[in-house]
Amino acid sequence: MFAQFLSFVKKEFLHIWRDKRTLFILFGMPVVQITLFGFALTNEVKNAKIAILDPSKDASSLRITQRFAASQYFDIEQELQSPQQIESAFKEGKIKMALIFPTQFEYNLQHGGQASIQIIADASDPNVATTVTNYANAIIGDEQQALLGSKLPYNINTSMRMLYNPQLKGAYNFVPGVMAMILLLVSTMMTSISVVREKENGTMEILLASPLRPILIIIAKAIPYLLLSMVNIGTILLLSVFALDLPIAGSLGLLLATSMLFTITALSLGLLISTLTASQQIAMLISLVGMFLPTLMLSGFMFPIENMPIPLQVMSNIIPAKWYFIIVKSIMIKGLGIAAIWKEMLILTGMTIGLIALTARKFKIRLE
Amino acid sequence: MIDTNSHIITANKLTKTFGDFTAVDAISLDVHKGEIFGFLGANGAGKSTAMRMFCGLLSPTSGEASVAGFDVRTQSEMIKRNIGYMSQKFSLYEDLTVRENMRLYGGIYGMSTAAIKQKTASIVEELHLQHELNSLVKTLPLGWKQKLAFSVAIFHNPPLVFLDEPTGGVDPITRREFWEMIYRAANAGTTVFVTTHYMDEAEYCNRVCIMVDGKIEAMDTPAQLRQQFRAQGMEDVFLQLARKAKRSGD
Repeated sequence: MFAQFLSFVKKEFLHIWRDKRTLFILFGMPVVQITLFGFALTNEVKNAKIAILDPSKDASSLRITQRFAASQYFDIEQELQSPQQIESAFKEGKIKMALIFPTQFEYNLQHGGQASIQIIADASDPNVATTVTNYANAIIGDEQQALLGSKLPYNINTSMRMLYNPQLKGAYNFVPGVMAMILLLVSTMMTSISVVREKENGTMEILLASPLRPILIIIAKAIPYLLLSMVNIGTILLLSVFALDLPIAGSLGLLLATSMLFTITALSLGLLISTLTASQQIAMLISLVGMFLPTLMLSGFMFPIENMPIPLQVMSNIIPAKWYFIIVKSIMIKGLGIAAIWKEMLILTGMTIGLIALTARKFKIRLE
Repeated sequence: MIDTNSHIITANKLTKTFGDFTAVDAISLDVHKGEIFGFLGANGAGKSTAMRMFCGLLSPTSGEASVAGFDVRTQSEMIKRNIGYMSQKFSLYEDLTVRENMRLYGGIYGMSTAAIKQKTASIVEELHLQHELNSLVKTLPLGWKQKLAFSVAIFHNPPLVFLDEPTGGVDPITRREFWEMIYRAANAGTTVFVTTHYMDEAEYCNRVCIMVDGKIEAMDTPAQLRQQFRAQGMEDVFLQLARKAKRSGD
């Protein structure tokens, strides 16, 4: 029985190996996506041009200005001389943000115990505006702490991003996202296509008329893609550690184990799709539109789930990638252990069992 | 070679319904060991459904049937071990080589590596495929592919092989060669159960059975049937019966 199974698995590998174009896409995709998200499509803003209006020009205000100048996120484009110039600087579109010190900044700070800096951002692009003001707050907060210690009751911005992502790296968010997407694409789409191709070609009937048991056919179909997915996970992790300087804070073993779990969820989803359709195109369409887009939108990878309307928030719970995304972020970035993610793991396991049960039922009905 | 006393397939009032639709309506037949049994019928007459029940792919709604000595209802696993099957769609993997296809099917049927090698060699010799052994199947001409598919269907030497419209879209010369292969297999003791649309092929069969609207309307040797229906050829016999059909072909 095992030898029969092996000869079938071998054939599945041959299919993948012979289709060089798909093979290239499968292995090239993680590299391309990581590169794109890491260096091009990042929503972190680098070298944002700013203007500074500093009528006091004292030691404290200059130190803050230097921090901005030293930061890779900001370039000081302009030194403004009067408040009237602020509006025109924005209108010219040269700057994203302006930093306005009061007169007597240091005096206020040291004698009055507090001083304020006004930050004005160009909110025509709200995402950029939010990001740059966050960066600016962080830089000022750093300075306050360094300079004055606990003297001032200054409230430092402590968002999640700040807490776990002190350098405000966008990579922290998208690496888990890319992992979820690649696994879903390889496992769900490729598996469903590969099963449906057998139906289209008529070879499925031959296989069903053979002594090979249907469940073994299904498992043999999934194995090569499980392996491919693991290779892809490895590629992504290597790239993120060595090319993006993103260390894995938690246990690598746990990360791989949970990735395996999610891959199996994605594979069973692919197998379920393959029982619903007999055409490769439709299988691809269901995988892309039905799985890929919701994953992109509702997993929390692109848009924070907390900000969504309640119905969407509820819907996001049925997206397996959402749970995987939480798991990967917890392990990779926060360095948490199994105690923090057992609930998510349980949900994914439950989904997998449900999907497999449904697939087995559908598969049997089809045969009848 | 044909042993009329021993039956490799027997069916008794075998019926399959899908909802209100009775695809196969209480058919009874015996296929003798070693014969070439032709299974004829218009599209939608229920041929494929009946064949799928014999192969253990579908469970009958009522009635009994045994194939190669095993019950279709309870022993489909054993049936699958003892039959070969070639579907109307071309059934080899185009992106695998000739050798890989044979190794795969040999492997699925649990043959040993040595047995696979030996069988591969004999098929290669029979079909003169020496130079194509390591070519991808998609590079072969259709006629060759079809003959190869048949060889692969009987690769594990099953006592019984089901052929579902095996010669669709093949040129007459190849069809002729294909039937020579069928005869060789039958002479070697394999029972052949074949469905076809070509009435000249029906003449090659030892016995034929014609299905109309899920029922068996005629079953005998081609010569007897011609006589019974006062027909020139099998085509005439078939048309006389098929015209009675109420179901439309699909």
